[in-house]
Amino acid sequence: MTSIAGTKREKNSSGQIRAEALFKRTLVLIGCAMVVLVLGILLTLVIESIPSLKSLGLKYLWGKTWDPVNNVYGAFPFLLGTLLTSFLALIISIPFSFAIAIYLGEYQPKGWLSNFLKNTVELIAAVPSVIYGFWGLIVLVPMVRTLEIKLGVLPYGIGIFTSALILTIMIIPYSASLGREMIRLVPSQLKEAAYSLGATRYEVIRSVVLPFTKSGLFAGILLSLGRALGETMAVTMVIGNTSLIPTSIFAPGNTMASVIANEFTEADHTVYLSALIELGLVLFLVTVVINMVGKRIIKRFTNE
Amino acid sequence: MKKALIIKHNILMALMIVSATAGIQFHASAQNDKTILGAGSTFIYPLFSKLFSEYNQKTGVEVNYQSIGSGGGILQLTNKTVDFGASDGPLNGEQATKMGVPALHIPMASGAVVITYNLPGGGSNINLTPDIIADIYLGKIKQWNDPRIVGINKGVNMPAFPILVVHRAEASGTTNIFTNYLSKVSPEWMSKVGTASAVNWPVGLGGKGNESVAGLVKQTPGAVGYVELIYALQNKMDYAKVKNKKGKFILPSLASVTAAGNITLPADSKIFLTDTDAADGYPICGFTWALIYQEQNYGGRSLDRATKLLNLLWWNIHEGQQFTTPLNYAPLSKQALQVAERILKSATYSGKPILK
Repeated sequence: MTSIAGTKREKNSSGQIRAEALFKRTLVLIGCAMVVLVLGILLTLVIESIPSLKSLGLKYLWGKTWDPVNNVYGAFPFLLGTLLTSFLALIISIPFSFAIAIYLGEYQPKGWLSNFLKNTVELIAAVPSVIYGFWGLIVLVPMVRTLEIKLGVLPYGIGIFTSALILTIMIIPYSASLGREMIRLVPSQLKEAAYSLGATRYEVIRSVVLPFTKSGLFAGILLSLGRALGETMAVTMVIGNTSLIPTSIFAPGNTMASVIANEFTEADHTVYLSALIELGLVLFLVTVVINMVGKRIIKRFTNE
Repeated sequence: MKKALIIKHNILMALMIVSATAGIQFHASAQNDKTILGAGSTFIYPLFSKLFSEYNQKTGVEVNYQSIGSGGGILQLTNKTVDFGASDGPLNGEQATKMGVPALHIPMASGAVVITYNLPGGGSNINLTPDIIADIYLGKIKQWNDPRIVGINKGVNMPAFPILVVHRAEASGTTNIFTNYLSKVSPEWMSKVGTASAVNWPVGLGGKGNESVAGLVKQTPGAVGYVELIYALQNKMDYAKVKNKKGKFILPSLASVTAAGNITLPADSKIFLTDTDAADGYPICGFTWALIYQEQNYGGRSLDRATKLLNLLWWNIHEGQQFTTPLNYAPLSKQALQVAERILKSATYSGKPILK
C-alpha cells in the first residue's frame, strides 16, 4: 500500500518537475523575446537612419533648420521642445501626484471616498490621448489665451505651456498610483513608533513615510516622465507645430514624437524619411539616457 | 504546465495571424480578380468611396481603397501592392526614378484651397491678392489694417489686429497645392521656402488636419489659415476672394475650380492648376490623380484584371463625374476630360492598348 502511494507520488513529482522546467523555460523564452525586440528596434532605427547620418552627420543634433524642400534637417528645436514640455509637465505634476498619493495612502486608505478617488485617478490614465488633445484645443487653449493676454505675451493659446499642462494631467496617475502603493507599504511599527514619541501626523509623513518611500516615489516620477517624453497625439494638437525654436514657454514649438507622426506618411525623399527615423532614434536614446540617470539616482538614494 | 502550453499556443496563434495578414496585404496580383486595390490621397476618399460603391452595384467589381495619404499611395504602387495609387501631387523626380517604369497620371476630380480668416466685423468674403497672401505667409504683413489690405477692401472695416498665421502641421497635399501657388506668384517665396507637402514655414502655427486649422482660426480673432474648399463649404466658414492672373477677384466655388482646369493641358496632365490662365478660374487649385503603370502586364497580372482597372477609371471620369458636385468636389473640365481619355487609352498590356 505504501509502495503504491509512493510510486504515485513519484510519478506526480516527476511530472511536476517537468512542468516546472517547461514553465521556467517559457518564461526565459518570453523574457529573451523582449530583449530581442528592443535590440531589433534599435538596430532598425540605426540602419534606417544611415542615409540621413551620411548626408547630415552629427550636425543633425544641433541644426536649427528643418527644411524638407532643401533637404536640410536639424533636430535641435524638437529635442528642445520634447525636453521642455516633458520636464515642465513633470514639475507641475509633482505636487499633485504627491498630494494624491499621500492622501490616499496615509489619510484615507479605505472607504468609498478613497475607492472613488483612486478609480477616478486611474481613469485619467485610461482616457485615449486624442481626447485630451481635443479637450485641450477646445477648453484649455482659450483659457491659456486669456492668461496670456493678462500676462501681456502674444496670445497664441497653443504652445509649449499648454502642451505641458495637458501632459501634466496625463502623467499624474502614474506617479500617484505608484506613490500610493509605496506609502501603504510603510511598516506600521515605524509609524506607530514615531507617534508614540509624540510626532504629529505631518511630522510622521515628513520624517518617516517620505524618507522610507522616496525611491518608490522617484520611480513613479521616472515612469511618468517616460510617458511624457513619448506622448504624441495630444501634444501635436496643442503645441503649435512650428520648427522655429521656442523663445519662451508660451511660444509654439514642436516635439520629436509629433514631428514623426505629422510628417512620416508623406515623407517623399530618402533623406527626409531617414531624418525622421533618426529623430526616432534620438528619442529612443534620450529615453534610455534619462532612464539610466534616474536608476542611478534611485540607487544613490536607497544606499544612503 | 497548462499555463505554459496556453502561452505557447497563444504565441503561435499570434504569429499565424500576423503572417496571414501580411500574406494577404502584400500581394495585389495574387488576390482574386474581382477586387481591385487602391491606396493614397485622403482628400479624394469620400468621393472614391461613393464612386466605388456605385460601381460595385453596377458591375459587381469590388474596389478596396485605403486612404493612407498621397505619399503612402505612391509608395504602395511602387511596391506593386496596389493596382492604382491616388495622389494630390504629381510624382517627383525621386519617386519616378524609384518606380523605374512610366506611370500614368489620370485626373479624377479637382479641389481647391481657400484662405479662411477670423475678422470680427470684416465681412464674409474679403479680397486678397497673390502678393498679399505671400507676404502674410512670409511674415512681412503683420497687421490687418496694413494699407495694402485696406486698399483693395474699400468699405470693409479692417481692425488693427495682428495677423496670426496658421498652416497645416502635417505633410499634406493641401500644403503642396498652396505652397506651389505661393512659389508661382512670389519669387521670394520660391527662393526662401519653396514647394512641398511640408515646408519650413517662416511664421505661424501648425494645426493638424483641416479641422485643427479651422479650429484655430475660428478661436483666434485675427487668424488666417488655409483649408480645402470642401471643408470650408461643409463648415460654412468665411473665405477670401483671390485675384487671379487675369486680374479678376474670384470667389472659390465648384464652378470656378472647374473653370481653372479648362485650359490647354499638357498631354500627360502632370501640371499644378495653380495660378491658372482661365479668366473665371480660381487660382489655388489642383487635380487629384489616379496613378497606374502604363504597361499593365507586370508581376503576373492577368489581362482581365488590367481591363477591369481601366474600365473602372474610364467610368470614374465619365458616368462617375455626376457624383462629384453633390459631394462638393469640382468635376473635370472639358479639356481635362479629353486629356484624361487620351492618357487612359495609352495604357497597354504586353504593348497592346487595353481600351479601344
